[in-house]
Amino acid sequence: METLAFQGLIGLSLAMYLWLIAAGLTIVFGVLGILNFAHGSLFMLGAYFAFTFYGLLGINFWLSMLLSLLGVALVGLIMERFFLRYIYHLDVAYQLLLTFGFILIFDDAVKMIWGGVFMIPPMPDFFTGAILIFGRPFPIYNLFIISTGIGVAIGLWLILERTWWGRIIRASASDREMASAIGVNIPILFTTVFMFGAALAALGGALSTPVRVVAPGIGGAIIIQAFVVTVIGGLGNLKGAFVGAVIVGVLTAYGILLFPIFELFIIFVVMAAVLLLKPEGLFGG
Amino acid sequence: MILEIDNIDTYYGQSHVLQGISLGIDEGEVVSLLGRNGVGKTTTLRSIMGLTPPRRGSIRFQGEEMAGKKPFEIARLGIGYVPDDRRIFPDLTTFENLEIARRMSAKKRGHWNIDTVCDLFPVLRELSSTKGTHLSGGEQKMLAVGRALMKNPELILLDEPAEGLAPLVVVALSKAISEIRDTGVTVFLADQNVRFCRKAADRGYIIEKGSIQYQDQMKNIMENEEIVKKYLAV
Repeated sequence: METLAFQGLIGLSLAMYLWLIAAGLTIVFGVLGILNFAHGSLFMLGAYFAFTFYGLLGINFWLSMLLSLLGVALVGLIMERFFLRYIYHLDVAYQLLLTFGFILIFDDAVKMIWGGVFMIPPMPDFFTGAILIFGRPFPIYNLFIISTGIGVAIGLWLILERTWWGRIIRASASDREMASAIGVNIPILFTTVFMFGAALAALGGALSTPVRVVAPGIGGAIIIQAFVVTVIGGLGNLKGAFVGAVIVGVLTAYGILLFPIFELFIIFVVMAAVLLLKPEGLFGG
Repeated sequence: MILEIDNIDTYYGQSHVLQGISLGIDEGEVVSLLGRNGVGKTTTLRSIMGLTPPRRGSIRFQGEEMAGKKPFEIARLGIGYVPDDRRIFPDLTTFENLEIARRMSAKKRGHWNIDTVCDLFPVLRELSSTKGTHLSGGEQKMLAVGRALMKNPELILLDEPAEGLAPLVVVALSKAISEIRDTGVTVFLADQNVRFCRKAADRGYIIEKGSIQYQDQMKNIMENEEIVKKYLAV
């Protein structure tokens, strides 16, 4: 029993990476209507930037995080302003082609700059160590991840429900044309929201550096899981992204513990079941 | 003139909807655009807002050319838009729908604010924290007019304001339109209800097959049976 509860906590920390990346993916889809396949690459860039600032240049951990977020937001700015903007009115197939192209470009760019090797970034001293939960040592860093993920969830909820920026985003997401007819500058709103989504992906990537390897291709791996998360929760729905991330994270953790061979299989079974019973996702529609 | 439309052609894809429309509205007037369904009334208003920009011709608002301007720029120059399907933001409350329009406006001062809009349509005050999606059709229509007024526009475009409303609400609405005019806002309304337009408007343009067929004082249009029968009778 305690083993199960403990593994649940492990799953929860796994879920928080998925939540951070799925949150940006789903916000960008909900507002811009763009399904960004390269969103995982922004996660990867966040990891590389954080690794470079903290691991290679020795900049303060928190400052490295911040710089990494800003750097990836800047990459997002370029992606949206100079590329995606020109395909909003085209068929979804063009979005897939363009954003898939970005995955390849980012993977190659990363290989050219940092090389193709796996890198294991250092853990800051104040995060080493563990505390006993259910009689077992649970890494402090995982607790930090869980609380950050929950903090971001509360923060996003507050921004969307309680600020005027959030209300403008919700209004524009539901009726872009009417929003422009009351004076919302849609192009600028789209750019800002895309940068915001990119920064969320970067936060996930940057936070993953002390515990996961950094390597080209990690973006492609995580985007698949993020898609599963948003399909389960309902594409374009933030609450759905959070619940979906927790389901996938916890199931993965139990899968590793109980049926190691079927770990991935279980998640896709759940996704298939959701698609059959409620195709718009648990919170969609 | 506050609005001058000169020979515009507007298309939806291949279909040539507006074929050389010209009209002019003076400051402080209430002008109606009359015609049956599908003759180009909505497209005319959408062309003015830049939502369906004309391919040819010119639209000048307060002397300034609107061609090439985006809808949000046109809105900020002082044109309020009330679409026929109301388009209330479903996820926002009544007061949020009003306040968001004020925040997006270049002009924060003026006669219209939440208080004066609620004096015009008292029911909106009672529904202040109801989400847009839970409002009835008539309530949404009033809210859509209020939302457009919150920008303190110089000109307000009303698309089918009386459509689908109960007779009592229609009376209230035409009263509201004259109150709106009294605050100095010019009104351009598209409707097929001749009687409503007679009450609400001074002058009327009759549109058919994408071009203006006739224009006169509303009083004269009503008295001209031939015109009413030809272009407006259902």
